Amino acid sequence: MYIQGVLTVAMINIISATGLAVFTGFTGLFSLGHAAFMAVGAYTSAILTYFLGVPYVLALVAGVLASSVVAALVGYPTLRTRLRGDYFAIATIGMGEATRVILENLKITQGARGLPGISQYTTLPVAAVAAAIVLALARNMLASVYGRNAVAVREDAVAAEMSGIHLLRTRMISLVFSAGCAGLAGGLYAHYLAFIQPVMFTMVQSTQITAAVVCGGTGSLTGPALAAFVFTVAPELLRAAHMWRLVIYGLMLVLIMVFRPQGLMGYRDLSWSTFSTLAARIRRRTPHGKR
Amino acid sequence: MANAETRFSRVSRPAPEREGCEGGGTPVIAECIGLTKLFGGVRAVSHLSFKVDEGEILGLIGPNGAGKTTVFNLLTGFYRPTSGSMLFRGRDLAGLAPPAIVGLGIARTFQNIRLFSNLTVLDNVRSVLYRHAPYGFAQALIRSPRVRRDERRVREKALEYLEEVGLAGRAYDRASHLPYGLQRKLELARALALEPVLLLLDEPAAGMNPEESMSLVGLIDHLRRKHNLTIILIEHHMDVVMSLSHRIVVMNFGEKLMEGSPEEVQTDVRVIEAYLGEEYASAYRR
Repeated sequence: MYIQGVLTVAMINIISATGLAVFTGFTGLFSLGHAAFMAVGAYTSAILTYFLGVPYVLALVAGVLASSVVAALVGYPTLRTRLRGDYFAIATIGMGEATRVILENLKITQGARGLPGISQYTTLPVAAVAAAIVLALARNMLASVYGRNAVAVREDAVAAEMSGIHLLRTRMISLVFSAGCAGLAGGLYAHYLAFIQPVMFTMVQSTQITAAVVCGGTGSLTGPALAAFVFTVAPELLRAAHMWRLVIYGLMLVLIMVFRPQGLMGYRDLSWSTFSTLAARIRRRTPHGKR
Repeated sequence: MANAETRFSRVSRPAPEREGCEGGGTPVIAECIGLTKLFGGVRAVSHLSFKVDEGEILGLIGPNGAGKTTVFNLLTGFYRPTSGSMLFRGRDLAGLAPPAIVGLGIARTFQNIRLFSNLTVLDNVRSVLYRHAPYGFAQALIRSPRVRRDERRVREKALEYLEEVGLAGRAYDRASHLPYGLQRKLELARALALEPVLLLLDEPAAGMNPEESMSLVGLIDHLRRKHNLTIILIEHHMDVVMSLSHRIVVMNFGEKLMEGSPEEVQTDVRVIEAYLGEEYASAYRR
C-alpha cells in the first residue's frame, strides 16, 4: 500500500515534470510558478467532483483546461517581449503567490483549511496510464512542427524569428501545453491525497519540478521523467537515514550540477531520438538510402 | 573540387550576364527610398536609396561600420527605420514583423553565423519547413496519419535542400560540429528552405580561403539561376563581389557613396579613398 502510494506520487510528478520539460527544456523558458498551475488543476477538478458530483475523468479534463486558460492569461502579456523570457519567470513567482492567496480567501475552496474528503479515485494504474499518455503526447508534440518551432526558439530566438517563426505563438503553445500537464498532475494529486490545501502548492513545489527538469537534462523528455521518479522515490528510500536524508537529497542535486551540468540526459533521449538517429546512421551507410 | 571549378567557370568575370531580364523592361523587385536609421545620435543608415531589379545580384560593399548589415536588419524587420521607406513588390515593409516579411519572400543569412547549434544539420533545415507541415495542434498530439505524411515530406524537402548545398552526407551531424565553411553553407540551405524571392546574404564568404570562396561563388550563382532568386550580397572578399554582382552599391558612413557596375566601382576614386584613405586615392589619380 505504502509502496503503491509512493509510486503513484512518482507518476504524478513525472506528468508535471514532462510538462515543464517541454517549456523549459525544449522552449528554453523558465517558470517558477508551475505549482500554481497544479493548484488550479487540483482545485478545479476537486471542486467539480466534491461539490457537483462531476465524473472523475471529466473533472480532470476541466482541471487541464482551467490551468491552460490561466497560463494563457498570464503568458500573453509577459511572453510578448520579443527576445527575453526572463519577464515571464519573474511574473510566475508573483502568479504562484497570488494563486495561493486567492485560494486561501475564496469561499468555494474553503480557504486555508483546504478541501478534505475528496473521493480517492487516483490509483497507481490510473496515474501510470496518465503518465504514459502525457509522455506520448509530449513526444508527439516535440516530433511535430510545434516542437521544432519551440526548439528553434530555444536555440536562437533571433534566427528563429528571422526564419519566420512566431516567437509569441510558439512560446504560448508550449506554455499552455505545459500548464495543461501541470493541471492534470494537480487533479490526479487531489484525488490521490483526498485532501488539498493551498500551502501544498508553494514555490517549494515549483522548485522541485524545475529541479527535476534541470537535473534530468534540458532538451530531453525521458531525463526529466527519470529525475522526477528518482527524486520522489529516493527520499522515501532514504527514510532509514533519518535526518540525513535531506542532506543526501541535497548532495545528489549538487553532484549532478557539478558532474553533469547539462543534466543527466542533456539533449538526449532514450528510445526514440537515440534509436532513430542510430537507425539513420545505419541507413546512411546503405547507398541512396533516403526514403 | 573539380565540380566547383566548372561551376565557377560559368560565371563570366568581366560582365556577368543576366538571364531572362534583358533590355530596359526589368521589373524592380525591391526599393529603398531615403532609408534612415538613427541609433541615438549615430546615423547608421542615412538617406539611402537604391533599387534591386528582379533576378539580379546586387553587391553591397563599404568599409566596416558603413551600415551594410543595418540595411539588412531594416529590410528583415529586425529594426524599424527612423524614416524612409522600403518597398518590396510594391508593398511597404516598414512596421512589419519579421515573420510577415519572411512570408512575403525575403530570407537572410547572418554575418556571425546563427545556426540552431545543438540540432542536427537536418533539423536545422527542418525547423524552417513549417509551411510544409500545416496540420493542427490536436493532430500533432495524436500524430495522425496526416502528420506522418507531412513529416515525411518535410524530411524529404530538408534533404533536398541539403543536397543542393552539398551537405546531405552530414545530415545527422550536430550543426556546431561542422567546419566553419560548411556552417555557412548550412545557413544558406536554411535560408533557401524558406523559398525566398529575395535572398540577403551577409558576408557568406567570411572566413573562407580563396578556394572555398570561389566554390561558394559558383554555388550562389547556381542557386540563383535554379530558384530564380534576386540576391543582395554583402561581402568583403572583392573577388567574390566582383564576379557575382551585376551592380554594386558602395556605402560609407551610412550613405550611398556610389552605384555602378563592378568595373566602374573598381576604378572609382571615391571608393578607393573610402577603403584605403586619401593618399592612395591621390596616388591613383596621378
